[in-house]
Amino acid sequence: MNNMTNNSLNETHLKNSTSDKVMYSETYSVTEKVSASLKRRHRKESRFKAAGLLSVLLGFCLVFILISDITYKALPAFHQHWVKLEISFDPSWLSLKDSGESSLLSANYRKVIKHSLYASFPDVKGRKDKRKLFKLLSSNAEFTLRDKLIADVDLIGTKQPVWIRLDDDVDSYLKDEPEIGAAGARVDSQQAGWIHTLQIQNRIEKRFNIAFFTHGDSREPELAGVKGAFTGTLLTMLVTLLLSFPLGVSAALYLEEFAPKNRWTDIIEVNINNLAAVPSIIFGLLGLAVIINIFGLPRSAPLVGGIVLSLMTLPTIIIASRASIKAVPPSIREAALGIGASKMQTAFGHVLPMAMPGILTGAIIGMAQALGETAPLLMIGMVAFIVDVPTTVTDAATVLPVQIFLWADSPERAFLAKTSAAILVLLSFLLVMNISAAILRKKFEK
Amino acid sequence: MNTSTLIFVIAFLALFSYWFAIQRTIKLAGGLAKVKRLTSLPRQFGTLTAFWCGLPALIVLLIWSIFETSVVHSILLSSLTQEVNQLPLDQLSLYLNDIHVIAAQITDGELIRFDEENLKHRAARYLVETQVSADWMKSGLVLLVCVCSVLFIVSRFTADFQARVKMEKIIGGILWASSGVALLTTVGIILSVLFESIQFFSAVPPLEFLFGTEWSPQIAMRSDQVGGSGAFGAIPLFAGTLLITAIAMLLSIPTGLMIAIYLSQYASERLRSIAKPMLEILAGVPTVVYGFFAALTVAPLIRDFGGWLGLSVASESALAAGLVMGIMIIPFISSLSDDAISAVPKSLKEGSLGLGATPSETIKKVLLPAAVPGIVGAILLALSRAIGETMIVVMAAGMAANLTANPLESVTTVTVQIVTLLTGDQEFDSPKTLAAFALGLMLFVTTLALNIIALKVVRKYREQYD
Repeated sequence: MNNMTNNSLNETHLKNSTSDKVMYSETYSVTEKVSASLKRRHRKESRFKAAGLLSVLLGFCLVFILISDITYKALPAFHQHWVKLEISFDPSWLSLKDSGESSLLSANYRKVIKHSLYASFPDVKGRKDKRKLFKLLSSNAEFTLRDKLIADVDLIGTKQPVWIRLDDDVDSYLKDEPEIGAAGARVDSQQAGWIHTLQIQNRIEKRFNIAFFTHGDSREPELAGVKGAFTGTLLTMLVTLLLSFPLGVSAALYLEEFAPKNRWTDIIEVNINNLAAVPSIIFGLLGLAVIINIFGLPRSAPLVGGIVLSLMTLPTIIIASRASIKAVPPSIREAALGIGASKMQTAFGHVLPMAMPGILTGAIIGMAQALGETAPLLMIGMVAFIVDVPTTVTDAATVLPVQIFLWADSPERAFLAKTSAAILVLLSFLLVMNISAAILRKKFEK
Repeated sequence: MNTSTLIFVIAFLALFSYWFAIQRTIKLAGGLAKVKRLTSLPRQFGTLTAFWCGLPALIVLLIWSIFETSVVHSILLSSLTQEVNQLPLDQLSLYLNDIHVIAAQITDGELIRFDEENLKHRAARYLVETQVSADWMKSGLVLLVCVCSVLFIVSRFTADFQARVKMEKIIGGILWASSGVALLTTVGIILSVLFESIQFFSAVPPLEFLFGTEWSPQIAMRSDQVGGSGAFGAIPLFAGTLLITAIAMLLSIPTGLMIAIYLSQYASERLRSIAKPMLEILAGVPTVVYGFFAALTVAPLIRDFGGWLGLSVASESALAAGLVMGIMIIPFISSLSDDAISAVPKSLKEGSLGLGATPSETIKKVLLPAAVPGIVGAILLALSRAIGETMIVVMAAGMAANLTANPLESVTTVTVQIVTLLTGDQEFDSPKTLAAFALGLMLFVTTLALNIIALKVVRKYREQYD
């Protein structure tokens, strides 16, 4: 552009100083120049446009790859293979003294399973082979039997078909049948043979994996579930919401409606803007040094996690609430003040209700941010391995993102699918929150 | 009573005093019909009283809870013999810990046999007794404060008592205090990080930390060296952070900028309406998910591809972490640059198009130069985001502190080291743990500086056209 302008200036200069003939030829050459360069410029134009379109398409591709990769990896986690065994509840194998609850709880179910399992494979001899055979079953099998027996004591002495979970290695083998003996294969050819026998006998069944939604964490992939982490997330989010929403809205209300224009207000404003961009891990350091070490609150607790996350989301909520309060037309305030309402009554009775949809949208976005946050929670000890589902905000707990982090680190193959499935749960949680924010925003725009 | 029950009791008392004050006010006015004679409504009297009931009690409770542990601790210390008090600090804390364990057993009824001769057992019993009496004192004090303040305020009720004005003053005070929480957070961050860092720098000289080229905090722990070993040189961490951030920026700046340009200048309304949610998805995906994607999809892909080309690629290469971090930052840059480009006055664009420039020439030579401050601001904010990003690098970058510029090798970053140093067991007197806070200080100062510069640049630019 600049060059073009300079050129035309030179032409004008020439036109004034030289004869008509020269002028004609010069002008002609400019038009020619322009039309000659036009093709090149248009090519450049379409190249630039294509680069833009390509970037947008790249964005779409990335989203598609990310989501489909995780979904594909998650699919195996939603199913599980069970095996049907003929179990004889022999009192001598169980070493039962009587049928009271305490003796049922401590009975030897492992022996029952072993004997019943070996009975279905009479040709398996030798300790080593027997141990390999027993390894096909989940370590949780004993508890399945125990619960069944406690529910119905009359089963003692009878022979019953019982469905039992298979071990995660067998489960993974059945899901994608890799080559026997391949690197990383956890099932050898002998075990594969037994599995095929069971399949031919129609004793293996694929079921929906309910345990994934009803169990807490476990070292055994076939038993691990997200319930503990999900409950932990709910408790943490509850604390975050209860703290950050009232605090954020009151701070925004103060700054927009009451704050005098002075140094203090300026400092707070600058401070909020900067706090919004402080890396989340720094909030974890604050939680560790102040909330745990100085105030002495328990480690790993949703209470501490909630406090840290609410300090982190506070700036987001304040900024969104301020924007929403600012958008309330001044005429509303003037009308309320004009008929004799106090400033406080105007703020709480008229401005706040009108700003509420926007404030709620901001709050949901802030909460969604807090929901996906992991780093600060690692600092305050929410990475512990916790089997029990937490019930109060001071119990040791973990949250979904941290659970994902923990499972992603696990060496067992089956945890890969579990991790992806947990990610899907987290993403759908986020999706629900964002959709509700979008609906609120739509309502607000009306 | 424990703290949460006490809070419920206070809330109940506040509700009760609300009702109580309304009854009092109606009586004061001389019946429901004459309430109009008062300067304020009965419910305003009620709210005021509820505030008077709850707030002082909550403040007393808060102060008590903060100081209870240390006061009980010093009472316990003073009850112990001279010999115990003169023990070295680490042995003393072990001794006290024993007492606390025994005390917990006594309260839970799990102590098998109480030994009158055992000093620790006697001290534990004393501790339990102190704790119980402290508990009673706390509950008593809080309830006393509740009742007294309610009686005080109710006794002052008259027909022209300005209940509404007083109530609004209290609410104003609460609002003011809420706005101060953000400031307190910043102060808390600065103080906590600074305090621990100063302790760290008394063990490891700052110059060695800033310019040392060897980082191996674990070794220093094992052979019991305190500083001076050269193991706390943070240069490899800074270099690793910069390498990964640079890769991320190389991917995200051109892509993000081109997306912003295309969406704001070329795209149809329909494309925009589907591209915006796409960017929101990219922005809303939790970083732990990106970390998983980087560690389990991108890193193996890059390693296999490198192997196919005959290159040796580390399985935790800086490239994988950097690329995925770049994906994470794309929406950040594109939305901020979009704002900056859209803020350029329309007249500039129309003028350029009117002179015969093609749209791309207009963008490159008119719009972008005018939007440069906004875009620079966006890039600086994105930079601070990338430097502080934790989960992607924790999951996809390595732990070993290599000083290298090769993106195919494994490097570690400041945030990775903070997480590694602080997860698991911690001792707050070892430089290993304290080093995490010194790294945190570096991180905080860097990102803060970037943010301040970015906000300044953006603000200055806004003034140009407003």
